[in-house]
Amino acid sequence: MPDELIPIAGNGLLNRRSLLKAGIVMGSVGALPQANAQGQLRPIWAQSPGAGVSGYGQPSAHEAHVQRGAFSLQVGTNGSGASRSPLQHLRGTITPNGVHFERHHSGVPDIDPEQHSLTIHGLVDRPLKFSVNNLMRYPMVSSIKFLECSGNSGVNLRPEPAKLDCANIHGLVSGSEWTGIQLSTLLDEAGIQSQAKWVIAEGSDAAKMNRSVPLDKMLDDAILAFYQNGERLRPEQGYPMRLFLPGYEGNASVKWLSGLRLSSQPAMSRQETSKYTDLLKDGRSQMFTFPMQIKSVITSPSPGLSLAGKGFYEISGIAWSGQGSVKRVEISADGGRTWAEAELDGPVLPQALTRFRTAWQWNGGACVLLSRAYDDHGVQPTRAELLAARGEQFFYHYNAIQSWQVNGNGSLENCYA
Amino acid sequence: MRSWVVACMLLALGNAGGAYAEAPNLGQILAPNEVVDLTVFADGSGLPAGSGSVAQGKLVYEQQCMVCHGMNGVNGINAPLAGGSLPNVRTIGSYWPYATSIFDYVQRAMPYATPGTLSVDDTYAVVGYLLFLNNLLDSEVQLDAARLARITLPNADNFFSEYPLP
Repeated sequence: MPDELIPIAGNGLLNRRSLLKAGIVMGSVGALPQANAQGQLRPIWAQSPGAGVSGYGQPSAHEAHVQRGAFSLQVGTNGSGASRSPLQHLRGTITPNGVHFERHHSGVPDIDPEQHSLTIHGLVDRPLKFSVNNLMRYPMVSSIKFLECSGNSGVNLRPEPAKLDCANIHGLVSGSEWTGIQLSTLLDEAGIQSQAKWVIAEGSDAAKMNRSVPLDKMLDDAILAFYQNGERLRPEQGYPMRLFLPGYEGNASVKWLSGLRLSSQPAMSRQETSKYTDLLKDGRSQMFTFPMQIKSVITSPSPGLSLAGKGFYEISGIAWSGQGSVKRVEISADGGRTWAEAELDGPVLPQALTRFRTAWQWNGGACVLLSRAYDDHGVQPTRAELLAARGEQFFYHYNAIQSWQVNGNGSLENCYA
Repeated sequence: MRSWVVACMLLALGNAGGAYAEAPNLGQILAPNEVVDLTVFADGSGLPAGSGSVAQGKLVYEQQCMVCHGMNGVNGINAPLAGGSLPNVRTIGSYWPYATSIFDYVQRAMPYATPGTLSVDDTYAVVGYLLFLNNLLDSEVQLDAARLARITLPNADNFFSEYPLP
């Protein structure tokens, strides 16, 4: 047996070089050609010139099913809600802007950048107001980071596994290159007074959403973001500008940012007291749980996709940590009895989605697939470990190992292994 | 305009050390009275002058809030505001740590379809009515800033944070 085909864990997990070898075998399938009048073999789309150039490109019509989905809406609150990234249909680590997840607390405002501004005030030497046009003249930095709503995956707290697709369970996470002004530049211009410990960020949506952020975070790596994946922010991501806090729960990265107030104390707003706090099993509730913990999910195969018969597949997924870089991801194809280390696609960046993958030969039988990721703080907990530590009444920051049941017919579903 | 120019000159002089020499320094200096901010803190700072009665709050609630939050703050199509108990029902009385947060939130975000339309007095009134529905205020009370800042919610002591709380 060639070295490349040696199994590295139970139930068909193979050495990482195996898939390439298998691909050679499977590589002969193509579109059915048709003979034209000259007897040449041409597919239909190659028999006449195609469409011309366009002002703003769109996905192929054959990919029209790749949509944000799993809308969370509430009667009486038009504009509020969430939509989720279609993780099972995406590869790589950058989420297309049109399918980045959304979470709005009072809809998407239609902001005229000519009339919008940022005010920095409170415990500063000089309260300042910046027009959008003036801000565009400041030096900007770019970095690739994930953004995750801390309510992501919370549906897995239900006693029975929800039979939802991968996007519906985990799609409140997306990855982008964010570009903007380092907040420290603007805060320094205003002059930070020594009593300041918090910065209260306020948005210009109808809810005037507000969150308190530690000043240290603002000075460390926060940016005032104007661009996402090279283009100006979409309205649903905060156009014309938003706060972006690497690694922190998404709600704190206030969109449509209009105000930063430096303060000695947090605002204790509704969004950091009644919401985005976690009731623990001892009856206490924790506030200001900002960093998102180490997490991973297999996106292919996953519920929403299906396997088309036994044979070779690449198991692929995403891992991320708000507390640093992903160090290692392991995959199991036998319900967690044996594990194999997955390959991480580089560059592995801190607080960014990291793509992992490994080769798998599915024998056609029922099995359970799992992934578990490691960062400098440790490994993802099992669901049982997480519930034992935190109880069952918390909601935010669910980061347990996800298990997918593979059925003999190739379908997949959520399960608790 | 003249004072703005002078201020810029002073600013430039004040930064002769070049601490942020590479930034364009395009912020326009605001006078304190030009800053508008809605934040209400847990100690009551930021609460505006004004007051409202529980009785008036009931009228405001029934006109502006009840359609979503239900009669008496329960059984509405949206978040319950009164009654219930932990762990399953998280209301002002059962879960919220600070009464001032209610004022902050109502003032900035409610009523959902027409935020910012309640007067200061009506905001005090409806906040007072919500506290009354949670058995935290008598029906005769005229709520104002001082009174609101003194109210301690039942679950306040159960919140903790790695950051110091007020």
